[in-house]
Amino acid sequence: MHVFRDRKSLLMLFGLPIVQIVLFGFALTNEIKNSKIAVLDYSKDNVTRAITHEIEASRYFEIAINATNKNEIEETFKKNKIKSAIIFPSDFENKLYHLHKARVQIIADASDPNTATTLVNYLTSIIQNYWKEKISTAAVPLQIIPEVRMLYNPELKSAQNFVPGVIALVLMLVCVMMTSISIVREKELGTMEVLLVSPFKPILVILSKAVPYLALSLVNLIVILVLSVYALGLPINGSIVLLFAVSMLYIITALSLGLLISTSTASQQTAMLLSLMGMLLPTILFAGFMFPIENMPLPLKIFSNVVPAKWFYIIVKSIMIKGLGIESIWKETLILLVMTLLLLILSLKKFKVRLA
Amino acid sequence: MNYAVEVENIRKTYTSEIGTTHALQDISFAVNSGELFGLIGPDGAGKTSLFRILTTVLLADGGKATVNGFDVVNKYREIRSCVGYMPGKFSLYQDLTVEENLNFFATLFGTTLEANYELVKDIYIQIEPFKKRRAGKLSGGMKQKLALCCALIHKPAVLFLDEPTTGVDPVSRKEFWEMLKRLKQQGITILVSTPYMDEATLCDRIALIQHGTILSIDTPQKIIASFPHPLYAIKSPEIYRLLKDIHAYENTLSCYAFGEYLHLIFKEENHNDELLHFLTNKNHEQVVLKPIEASIEDCFIELLK
Repeated sequence: MHVFRDRKSLLMLFGLPIVQIVLFGFALTNEIKNSKIAVLDYSKDNVTRAITHEIEASRYFEIAINATNKNEIEETFKKNKIKSAIIFPSDFENKLYHLHKARVQIIADASDPNTATTLVNYLTSIIQNYWKEKISTAAVPLQIIPEVRMLYNPELKSAQNFVPGVIALVLMLVCVMMTSISIVREKELGTMEVLLVSPFKPILVILSKAVPYLALSLVNLIVILVLSVYALGLPINGSIVLLFAVSMLYIITALSLGLLISTSTASQQTAMLLSLMGMLLPTILFAGFMFPIENMPLPLKIFSNVVPAKWFYIIVKSIMIKGLGIESIWKETLILLVMTLLLLILSLKKFKVRLA
Repeated sequence: MNYAVEVENIRKTYTSEIGTTHALQDISFAVNSGELFGLIGPDGAGKTSLFRILTTVLLADGGKATVNGFDVVNKYREIRSCVGYMPGKFSLYQDLTVEENLNFFATLFGTTLEANYELVKDIYIQIEPFKKRRAGKLSGGMKQKLALCCALIHKPAVLFLDEPTTGVDPVSRKEFWEMLKRLKQQGITILVSTPYMDEATLCDRIALIQHGTILSIDTPQKIIASFPHPLYAIKSPEIYRLLKDIHAYENTLSCYAFGEYLHLIFKEENHNDELLHFLTNKNHEQVVLKPIEASIEDCFIELLK
């Protein structure tokens, strides 16, 4: 009987499995669909056109641009617009028919090694299928040799993928949980009542709650980075200062989120639950390091934009693995900044100068 | 501005699923500067709600109130910096030590322990031996002394103490009231609430409060003097049967248990012997009957009728 009285628990009991099944089953597949690819065709002959057509026709790929030179491809990779590229050298058809052998270059963004490997496999199999059809009609065995280049992460280390993810997750969890409990605890213990009857300002309370956790989280960040550099052998390719600066921003985002939860809940338990359910799940699911966001249905894709971890994950990957500078991540940084300001203002507004 | 606290038709209603509770129903009173004013009433009478409204942490549904001349709604910032508040629930940082708590609250009000040491000295000396101990590990009486210290640290003009002696042993209670008297001598207006009727006589003036309404406001002496009937105390070894039989007696106006005695009011005077005779017939032995002076609690019970 008691179970049925408690509507919230009941909702959790039945709602959670449904949400999870739907999410994991439909939205969050590891399979890749419509991955953006760049095609650089120096040859522009029948064979290359046919292969390009095959690629476009497959549901795995979507041709983002037809590049004209290698620089253009580099650039688009840096802007995170494509996950892979295929380059046909000049005289592809001629070489294939006269030398019986032609090379094709495949480049994949291996900062996410799983996706990169899958993409490369898809591409080679598309080429091979095409080649198998051809070989039945040709007199001599023809060979198309794919040359694979894994961009950013040639050894396909998975640490490259999960370290930025873990940083995003851990910082989010620690900051949100710790701060969300902090103000609520004052309410629960009754110290808020005495605090209120004193000439302090709300902003001061919020700041004094946030600053210690900011320091603690920075220590956390250093520990993770030292571990990943020395224990996992993962180099930091970009500027460390920049990495720390954006991490600081991200920590502040998480802290303000925690404070908002803290000022709007009444008990430590609710605050804890809210930060766990409200933060952990979306961060894991929508940050992009477990499940590629590209494959999600549109509503979820849109939703992923409000998850701060998503933006931070892109930034960290860009700095740590790709070694990019501020010019390629300013957009993400700006989004985080705006989120932080909004959250801070909201939590200040929500802070009650009275008890009820 | 003679009044330290002025309350005019303050009303507060709580609505919940169970129903509506009228915590305060159009309460009005005034406290003079430098007065030790007691709010006496049982649990749920509305004392805490009133204190919260006066310390500006709760908004009243209607009426006006000023503390130290400041309106509790518009001038809440001014009030917050000139009053000391000690909530009924122990509300200090349990994981900070005694000393750290004091310093924290001193800093909060922009002062230091040293600057106002004179004011809190009497009390602080008693808890000083434990200054390195965490507040959560103190005994009940010590906690209240520390809380009082923290509420006093900025030399408030008005001190609000919400049930400071609830759950405190009798010796500590006595000490606590002595401290309040000394604070009063320093010119601090003190509003104190308590469910203990025996503490009422220690206040300058008291307000008896029940179900959100004030039954009577006066000095404890005048309230006692205004008790309308001669009062008797009566006891016997079989106190429960005695109570039942007295209730059955025709000339009893009221009779209720009060400690080891029963307090008794007759409808008409001079029926003492008749009652004793009546009781002897009912096989009561060793009956003691004597006239007594009414206490605040008797007044309270009388006012509740």
